[in-house]
Amino acid sequence: MQATQFDLRRLAAIYAGGVLGALARVGLAQATPHGPGGWPWGTFAVNMVGALLLGYFFARLRDHPKDSLAHPFLTTGICGTLTTFSTLQLELFEMVDAGHVGLAAGYILATLAAGFLFVRAGIALERRPEVAG
Amino acid sequence: MSAVGWVAVGLLGGAAATARFLIDAAFAARVDHPFPLGVLAINLAGTLALGLVAGVALSGEALVIVAGGAIGSFTTFSTWMLDSHRLADAGHSHLVWLNLGLSLIVGFAAIVLGHWLGSVL
Repeated sequence: MQATQFDLRRLAAIYAGGVLGALARVGLAQATPHGPGGWPWGTFAVNMVGALLLGYFFARLRDHPKDSLAHPFLTTGICGTLTTFSTLQLELFEMVDAGHVGLAAGYILATLAAGFLFVRAGIALERRPEVAG
Repeated sequence: MSAVGWVAVGLLGGAAATARFLIDAAFAARVDHPFPLGVLAINLAGTLALGLVAGVALSGEALVIVAGGAIGSFTTFSTWMLDSHRLADAGHSHLVWLNLGLSLIVGFAAIVLGHWLGSVL
């Protein structure tokens, strides 16, 4: 009974984070339209911001109590939903389909390299030494 | 987009995030291996679905709601990157390349297959 109640609260936290993440991603995509020959700045931006935040929250909340709701809300909810893998693949497909193979190669390489670096930067940001005051 | 459209994006985004969590947890409970199989399965399934939606030429607000609200929310880039970092950190460098390579190559095949299926439906 206790476990079920906790699980429902955790699912609700993930749901709430998902609502916010989806609205932010779709809102930015609507504000930054692009064709198959252009750089998908909307997707690129949410994926990089999400990777940075997830790295930070992962490091920050590593030792969180098991019943913490902040962790699932921020990580699986907001960061997981703000970022997207399927849209990235569709954009690559549309670039290749329109003959922009070089753009597709640049887009995937930049996304992977920067995404990886942003995760690490988020973790490093959390572990930076406290400034002595 | 209409107010109803935005509400639909939010509600479906929450549902997709919850589904992603439950599916990943189900994989984690059954597979005792550091490789993030759950997220890989989620990302590939979502990519196939997005190809299908693009192939059937859904457009306008319906496309934004289904593609952006539901499928885009279901799949995840940040978890894929964090999992890859954790594998690298734990010394499983071959699993990092497997995670990146499988996602990219099978993901692209999934979008092509989905698009083709959608266009012949």
